[in-house]
Amino acid sequence: MSQLVYMANQIARNFAAQGEAVAIAQTAQHIRDFWDPRMKAAILAGGEGLEPLARAAVEQLRNGVTAPR
Amino acid sequence: MGYEPQADFGTPEVRDGAPVTLAIDGRAVTVPAGTSVMRAAAECGGAIPKLCASDNLAAFGSCRLCLVEIDGMRGTPASCTTPVAEGMVVHTQTPRLEKLRRGVMELYISDHPLDCLTCSANNDCELQDAAAQVGLRDVRYGYAGEDHLDAAADVSNPYFDFDPSKCIVCSRCVRACEEVQGTFALTIDGRGFASKVSAGQSADDFLASECVSCGACVQACPTATLNEKAVTAIGKPERSVVTTCAYCGVGCTFRAELKGEQLVRMVPWKDGKANHGHSCVKGRFAWGYANHQDRILAPMIRESIEEPWREVSWDEALRYTADRLNAIKAQHGARALGGITSSRCTNEEAYLVQKLVRAGFGSNNVDTCARVCHSPTGYGLKTTFGTSAGTQDFDSVMDSDVILVIGANPTDAHPVFGSQMKRRLRQGARLIVIDPRRIDLVRSPHVQAEHHLALQPGTNVAVLTAMAHVIVTEGLADEAFIRERCDLDEYQDWARFVSDARHSPEVLEAVTRVPAGDLRAAARLYATGGNAAIYYGLGVTEHSQGSSTVMAIANLAMATGNVGRRGVGVNPLRGQNNVQGSCDMGSFPHELSGYRHISDGSTRAMFEADWGVELDPEPGLRIPNMFDAAIEGSFRALYVQGEDILQSDPNTHHVVAGLAAMDLVIVHDLFLNETANYAHVFLPGSTFLEKNGTFTNAERRIQLVRKVMEPANGYEDWEVTQELAKAMGLGWDYAHPAEIMAEIARLTPSFSGVSHERLDREGSLQWPVNEAHPDGSPIMHVDGFVRGKGKFVVTAYVPTDEKTGPRFPLLLTTGRILSQYNVGAQTRRTANVVWHEEDVLEIHPTDAENRGVVTGDLVRLASRTGETTLRALVTDRVAPGVVYTTFHHPATQANVVTTEFSDWATNCPEYKVTAVQVGLSNGPSDWQESYEAQARRSRRIEAEPAE
Repeated sequence: MSQLVYMANQIARNFAAQGEAVAIAQTAQHIRDFWDPRMKAAILAGGEGLEPLARAAVEQLRNGVTAPR
Repeated sequence: MGYEPQADFGTPEVRDGAPVTLAIDGRAVTVPAGTSVMRAAAECGGAIPKLCASDNLAAFGSCRLCLVEIDGMRGTPASCTTPVAEGMVVHTQTPRLEKLRRGVMELYISDHPLDCLTCSANNDCELQDAAAQVGLRDVRYGYAGEDHLDAAADVSNPYFDFDPSKCIVCSRCVRACEEVQGTFALTIDGRGFASKVSAGQSADDFLASECVSCGACVQACPTATLNEKAVTAIGKPERSVVTTCAYCGVGCTFRAELKGEQLVRMVPWKDGKANHGHSCVKGRFAWGYANHQDRILAPMIRESIEEPWREVSWDEALRYTADRLNAIKAQHGARALGGITSSRCTNEEAYLVQKLVRAGFGSNNVDTCARVCHSPTGYGLKTTFGTSAGTQDFDSVMDSDVILVIGANPTDAHPVFGSQMKRRLRQGARLIVIDPRRIDLVRSPHVQAEHHLALQPGTNVAVLTAMAHVIVTEGLADEAFIRERCDLDEYQDWARFVSDARHSPEVLEAVTRVPAGDLRAAARLYATGGNAAIYYGLGVTEHSQGSSTVMAIANLAMATGNVGRRGVGVNPLRGQNNVQGSCDMGSFPHELSGYRHISDGSTRAMFEADWGVELDPEPGLRIPNMFDAAIEGSFRALYVQGEDILQSDPNTHHVVAGLAAMDLVIVHDLFLNETANYAHVFLPGSTFLEKNGTFTNAERRIQLVRKVMEPANGYEDWEVTQELAKAMGLGWDYAHPAEIMAEIARLTPSFSGVSHERLDREGSLQWPVNEAHPDGSPIMHVDGFVRGKGKFVVTAYVPTDEKTGPRFPLLLTTGRILSQYNVGAQTRRTANVVWHEEDVLEIHPTDAENRGVVTGDLVRLASRTGETTLRALVTDRVAPGVVYTTFHHPATQANVVTTEFSDWATNCPEYKVTAVQVGLSNGPSDWQESYEAQARRSRRIEAEPAE
């Protein structure tokens, strides 16, 4: 598992208790807010090992869905 | 400023009393009730002779020199212990008093060496002054009687001597140790004529005693009995400059006292609002690194790290650096470049480095050493409260009824505030300590924690959630506060979550190892004990759930209504002197100054208009991401100011790999630090004594740093950054850091009312300083949270992925010690090494016995990332299963062992939890030997060619 996949999964796990929809949106927003473009590009290009919440967040990121700040 | 002792009013200031008017020597004086006659006289300019009184100590009434006559009162009361009264008529100079005072002085002088001309305190001695004040002309008793003049001096302390032959047994040193420092290391041993000051037990000298070398006794001594060795060696200072300490986040104000260009001593400044005239061993004494022989004063460059360094001119160094940066940018793009700002440098210097990265390099790849300490504080408090800072000033603790210390060790890491906290605890505040280790606060003289929750490392969130469970399920939450100040829906979600039986102390005990009964009692005390304040440190932030823990702390404070007034709040104790400031200045890769996200178009536009460049709207790389990107090949050049990332960052092997992969590493520092082993350019730095600017301490207090002496390297650090920017083609033209602060104020709403001129006039300001808070903000969130409604965040406990197992059955946690600071670059180059010359591994007796380890053994400390060797200290200060060490010495390099696991939200490293094994060793590890050889090779400096 890549370092970025590990990070994305870790973020999602920490949002998980807030409920699935919120966790997915918050994970996507967190990556949008704090990751450098090359990191975003890498997670979009290869997400092997992503857990379901993180995978859904990456999909939101790919589709440009934004959560309210 | 010339050199004069600070005015001493004899007894502490009283602020709250009703006005009382009295007459002193015919002059009407009005002071608050409770003020002493001595202080009232001093405030109106009529100093009464004194020896045992000092305005930072409670009145003692022992020296009998400050006697006065008061109409209608019998005898001659001591003015220090006599409070003023309405209509009182006081006489301070009468024939009767003159005779009495001369008699007292005769007794003192009859047992005092008359060596004033050769005494280190000559012309700076209160005994000498008092003798002159009372008009002493002879000593009727003679000098032939029994005396103490042959008492041997104790020179064991590296910074000051104790010469009992000069002691007048006024007890000021003993009382300073008790009242100011709170260590109780000194006492008066014996009775009557045999009375003498004693450090520790009678067999101890100062060095062997519990003395922590804070200097309070030296400061208090009215004679040369306790005097700095430097004063003895150099002589009395003749000029002084008031400036701010560059060690921890307390931000003590000191007066640097000099003779010519030579610094003689650093004396804590009574008007300093963070320290009120107190100090610790680091700020007071450990400044010798500033002119240590290891300091590099000439710029150096080299093509590769295999080559020796070559000294060059500043022009050549800057031209070479700028050309290489520009070339890398041209070839690999702006995002291949980055920089790291320093929490040891000034606000102005941090601001310029991030500006150079954003406006010059063209990327947002700027980060700061706060990444590895308090970045979770920034995230957690901004999310919950709306601003990335603590809520209180230090003095607020004096209004606390309950103090909860979690993951912090104030008496070692923030000693001056630790002393203030102990003062409040001695007054009766109740203490809860949550820490896997038994820190000194748990039990020290006259201080005892009511609850010490010695949790399993890595379970902070579980403990805090269990406390929240108790508060909510037992109906202890402050519902009125919550309804008025917080988002109620979010509170209800959170309350439902923590109320779940899974989060009860009884269920979580299996995880936390904290007995449920203790935890319940601590939670009840926090919620119901009155004003409750939380103080926390890196034991909170340096975890995989560091940010969650900060938010869990904020949740507790909001749930109990402990925010927005004195005595309460959430208080991060910042590690380095300017951690708060470097974060404020836009040092994070996603934020501009004042914590505004880089993606915010209107904020970016303001900076773009001011700086005349277009800014990248995307966040940049954090420090650990920089190493990853360097290894992967997309990050090629790094400018590091005042930070030794190789020694301080986790998983040293990974840091080495990252640095070694870069084309250009520029180190801007005082010394050839460990990072410089992998650098291509070395730019000499200046010390805090050699520069102007500002630091911002843990209570958001912005204070001036004033230049005490010219930079030995030729330039202040902001000037070096500016010259590099100019060499890269940027048209910077700051003439003084005051101009940089003016730009910061122009672009940062929370700093809009800050200027050097105002700081010089007012001493300090606590941000926000703006239209809404023109005089600054000692306490935040008074009328409401900065973000509007306080936000409760559900913080589920997510166990770390760092697991113990058969190979690595123990948990290592790291910390710091009083005498050393951070990676030790400064303190290792001072006499502070007498207290801590190497890192040691604390291990519980049971774990030690199982491994055949005794104190002093060399042991191998191994984790899955690496291993090192160090000496063992067997102690029950740590719990079974837990070992502890510091990271002050590169020879140990504790971070060879720590892992790359980090906080989920900020990537702050999980320094506090590493699964390890400990076993006996017979020498340095392979890594230590190869690192030592590499470091020696890398530090070679090319000899100048023969003429």
